[in-house]
Amino acid sequence: MTENGLLQIGLYFVTLVLLIKPLGSYMADVYDDAPHIFRPALKPVERLLYRIFGVKDDDDMSWKQYTASVLVFTLFGGILLYLQQRFQNHLPLNPQGFPAVSWDSSINTAVSFLTNTNWQGYGGESTMSYLTQMAGLAVHNFLSAATGMAVLAALIRGFTRRSAQTIGNFWVDLTRSTLYILLPLSIVFTLVLVSQGVVQNFKPYKTVPLMQKVTYDKPVVDSQGNPVKDASGKDKTEPAALTEQSLPGGPAASQIAIKQLGTNGGGFFNVNSAHPYENPTPLSNFLEALAILLIPAALCYTFGKMIGDTRQGWAVLITMFVILIPLLIFCYYAETADAPYVKGLGAAISSGGNMEGKEVRIGAANSALWAAVTTAASNGSVNAMHDSFSPLGGLVPMFLIQLGEIIFGGVGSGLYGMIIFVVIAVFVAGLMVGRTPEYLGKKIEAFEMKMAALVILIPAVCVLLGTGAAVVLKDGIAGIANPGPHGFSEILYAFSSCANNNGSAFAGLSVNTPFYNILLAIVMIAGRFGVIVPVLAVAGSLAQKKYVPVGSGTLPTHTPLFIVFLIGIIIIVGALTFLPAISLGPVAEHVIAAK
Amino acid sequence: MAVKHNLFDWRLIGKASAESVIKLNPLYQVRKPVMFIVEIGSILTTVLFVYSLYKPSGDPPLFILAVSLWLWFTVIFANFAESMAEGRGKAQAENLRNSRRDISAKLLAAPTHDAAVTVVASPKLRKGDCVLVGAGDIIPSDGDVIEGVASVNESAITGESAPVIRESGGDRSAVTGGTLVVSDWLVIRISANPGETFIDRMISMVEGAKRQKTPNEIALDILLAGLTIIFLIATVTIVPFSIFSVKAAGAGSPVSVTTITALLVCLIPTTIGGLLSAIGIAGMDRMIQANVIAMSGRAVEAAGDVDVLLLDKTGTITLGNRYATEFIPAKGVEIQQLAEAAQLSSLADETPEGRSIVVLAENEYGIRERDIHALHAEFVPFTAHTRMSGVNMDGVEIRKGASDAVAEYVKKQGGAFPADVINIVEGIARDGATPLVVAKGKSVLGVIRLKDIVKGGIKERFHELRAMGIKTIMITGDNPLTAAAVASDAGVDDFLAEATPEAKLKLIRQYQAGGKLVAMTGDGTNDAPALAQADVAVAMNSGTQAAKEAGNMVDLDSNPTKLIEIVEIGKQLLITRGTLTTFSIANDVAKYFAILPAAFLSIYPELGALNIMRLANPHTAILSAVIFNAIIIVILIPLALKGVKYRPLGAQALLRNNLLIYGLGGVAVPFVGIKLIDMLISALNIFTK
Repeated sequence: MTENGLLQIGLYFVTLVLLIKPLGSYMADVYDDAPHIFRPALKPVERLLYRIFGVKDDDDMSWKQYTASVLVFTLFGGILLYLQQRFQNHLPLNPQGFPAVSWDSSINTAVSFLTNTNWQGYGGESTMSYLTQMAGLAVHNFLSAATGMAVLAALIRGFTRRSAQTIGNFWVDLTRSTLYILLPLSIVFTLVLVSQGVVQNFKPYKTVPLMQKVTYDKPVVDSQGNPVKDASGKDKTEPAALTEQSLPGGPAASQIAIKQLGTNGGGFFNVNSAHPYENPTPLSNFLEALAILLIPAALCYTFGKMIGDTRQGWAVLITMFVILIPLLIFCYYAETADAPYVKGLGAAISSGGNMEGKEVRIGAANSALWAAVTTAASNGSVNAMHDSFSPLGGLVPMFLIQLGEIIFGGVGSGLYGMIIFVVIAVFVAGLMVGRTPEYLGKKIEAFEMKMAALVILIPAVCVLLGTGAAVVLKDGIAGIANPGPHGFSEILYAFSSCANNNGSAFAGLSVNTPFYNILLAIVMIAGRFGVIVPVLAVAGSLAQKKYVPVGSGTLPTHTPLFIVFLIGIIIIVGALTFLPAISLGPVAEHVIAAK
Repeated sequence: MAVKHNLFDWRLIGKASAESVIKLNPLYQVRKPVMFIVEIGSILTTVLFVYSLYKPSGDPPLFILAVSLWLWFTVIFANFAESMAEGRGKAQAENLRNSRRDISAKLLAAPTHDAAVTVVASPKLRKGDCVLVGAGDIIPSDGDVIEGVASVNESAITGESAPVIRESGGDRSAVTGGTLVVSDWLVIRISANPGETFIDRMISMVEGAKRQKTPNEIALDILLAGLTIIFLIATVTIVPFSIFSVKAAGAGSPVSVTTITALLVCLIPTTIGGLLSAIGIAGMDRMIQANVIAMSGRAVEAAGDVDVLLLDKTGTITLGNRYATEFIPAKGVEIQQLAEAAQLSSLADETPEGRSIVVLAENEYGIRERDIHALHAEFVPFTAHTRMSGVNMDGVEIRKGASDAVAEYVKKQGGAFPADVINIVEGIARDGATPLVVAKGKSVLGVIRLKDIVKGGIKERFHELRAMGIKTIMITGDNPLTAAAVASDAGVDDFLAEATPEAKLKLIRQYQAGGKLVAMTGDGTNDAPALAQADVAVAMNSGTQAAKEAGNMVDLDSNPTKLIEIVEIGKQLLITRGTLTTFSIANDVAKYFAILPAAFLSIYPELGALNIMRLANPHTAILSAVIFNAIIIVILIPLALKGVKYRPLGAQALLRNNLLIYGLGGVAVPFVGIKLIDMLISALNIFTK
């Protein structure tokens, strides 16, 4: 760790904290339909949209109607996105002439983008046409993010409404999230990215001569493509040289802006934000990293403002920071520590620490920062390969995901997940002070506990059962690149990432196979809607309840004491669930290497 | 009835031990998901043990047997806790049942005492039947007195042996089946069918037979079931994980089913899962110890949530009677003269007010109490018509009474009511006290100040309640002036003066509309609507049948202050559940550090670094965790039965204290406990590998 690195991390958090209140306050006004800066200009557009689609904006929905709207909307989006990929060879804006995407990969990708996971089993610049990227994937970057935010708005209404049957209108929440929040922020951010050199065009890929010729040993293959062995039984190679390279293009900047802001994370290019066309400068790196946490963090303030007690929002935010920052520092430490397993590896080790899988221009501090925030939030974009992190360094992003994507988490989805954890903490703490537990004036009873248990249970069960199946089935083991505990970590990471809708990959695991494409798609759906449905049910149930005024016998939920308790519950539930798996993966790898 | 039980009554322990084995019946356990899983684990490991005798596997049979036995003990210990809790209630139910034995009743053909009588057995009586009971008879069933006055010994219900008066009309008309008429006779209209009487309900409550899970208990059960499923998956998936890891490491063997079962049982919240029903039953039992019969567990739980207490002034906040505190003479009258007249007028007045005047005169002015007969005085008792009492002595009439009554009396005699006395009277009323004017013949001597005396210690109780976040409201029929004065003396938060049943009901609804939970006590029939509306309604046992039916608790001692105790018991019940849940979950950290390195040691010996307790070997480590997990249930039984000590503090302070003890303690204790057990087992030298 260097002072400079810590200083950059510090600068990141200071900037983030300064933006929380203005943005959070603005978003609260958007959902409450209170006057705000874009309202005069965009309200007519909003009204026009409602007229076109026949939405009555004062027509509030019950939680069941709301849930049905979310599901139907997602299902239709999914079918469209699937067809777009399957027929991209017949559609325009395909200068590279990419063929149709395979059926299993199309399903996986459609599910992945609809669930705000953005797990990518494909390489963007070698698979997807510009139209698929722009009119398919980028559109769902907006809509899946807006869906998460809408569900959060509905849950907040569960707390603010009293003895009510409805929790808002999904179409209105979806429209407002997109029109007033995601679109303006993305437009501004796209322009900033373009100014930094992120590509934004429709040109075909360019072939250019290499500045420096690259020579390498190329395996000799026979006419069937099988490797030819030499006399000693080794693969036969011949010297070869590379003299030119292909430079991809495309409407990247506009997609990258939303993939960072909407905690999507699906890169335009295969290596995501490690690619110089996706993340060219230190400033672009800083801003893209900032964009990851921007909305999830600001939503905490939005939550506080909407329920009329900003202390509650800050308490949740502090909880998130207190869990994230030590883990981030630990990751940074693990990546720069003079660990035994990086000794003697020569060129791979620069003064910056473990540089395998990292961009030299980005360095360990910014790689660790990005790795932590992209997995704390369910973003999943990367600027370094987590697979190459040290075992303990790689444990940090994995554990942050396994906590359930509630430390910031996805836009909307992170906070609604966190609120469910708060509900559980309030339940146990509330009993300890001798009252039927209540949070924000609403009693927490059996129905809420049932739904809360599902929210914790479903993603965790998906991770464990999915990993369990993959490590014993032939198709699962076939994808592993590294032997030993690291191979186990790769599979565990893939299922953790998908079930919690993060989408980042440990890499090293070949997942573009029907087995992984389908299994991971199932896990992504379960992890997304297995949480959304119970959360909306909680919203509906809370909205029906009476308000219990706060008294001195009421458990305060904004105090340091409660924050400590909440952190304890989150860490203990997360750790207890995954400790056996983690022991056999990163921990085993670490203790073996340390010997 | 309030039979106090020692926690370690050996007879009770013997009975409970036997029952805890009977309760192993899986059909019984299935109601408790956590313990059901443990029982399945016990059966599974037993089968594995038998199997290992024929076909040896990785684990030595002795180890499997030890794990299996301790898993069985875990279930048995949890059953034992429940039986202990039930046992205390059952002993009381036994006493009650004896008082319910069939008796013959004199059924009346018509609801008058001189109607024709047929003798029937008490179970034949139906609602609406009228019976006659005389001295020495046991009242056959619950009912209302419609004719007669009698003294009744209700010790079978209340434990109080002094007989009480029961009469028709008014607030003393309810009688309970099983109580004994000591003198005179009553005509009773039966108000309950067989099986629905008060005693029947009490028996089923104390026995826990009809015990339904309370709302918070259900919610907690769901949370525990959720955790159990997570841990079930987390442990079962260790099988594929370890199969893969064995291949990856090229060493060791997959984790055995015995180890997985042991880990599962250690992780799932068995401590709270095993003690949960015992805590609930013990909570009801503590109510019974306090001589309160709750009609449902729900009511007990609701008591902990109460935000507002409505308390009757008389009997709850004040001693119930006014006391003379001062004599204020009229102009030109000696205070001694006034005191003497006041005392004379009260000598034969046996009301507490009258006695207090005699005592005040004696203590303050040295006027000795005299015998009224020796003075040849004739006592004139208070009547609603004259609204005065006094004596006629040697042709002189001394009267005391309300100022307007005395003024009228004096005027009739040709005297005048002095202006300064009017001022004094108004001054006293303004202070919230009651003025009593004393007149001798046609002259007014002065005024006695009568004051409500607030019960000792009540102010401190209200202060505690405030710390708990509970608002106290005094209900009184007094005028607002008097009410305000008493309220400020007693330190209540608010008061309702000139309270009518309608006003009470309105007040309760008003608070409930604001989301508050309201508790109140009542005894009269006119309290019934308010009792029915209140969330926690404690009816006095001395009260009417209507009041008892409207309430959801009955206080056998008929002590209105009991409400405060009831709230504390309700809170204690919830706190005990919360703290033991926290303790149970916090325990898991240490158990992981005991079992995981042991389970994976053969695959990755390097993981031995996680064995931070330095336990002797994998078998002792796993066994120590299992044994700790079982024994902690037994250790916590007294806590579950007695409840976590409740102190009236704010929520923040309560949470801090409980987190320190049960949260941090819950993390630390098992590290020590498991290490100690491991040292013991390894000293036995049974498991050397």
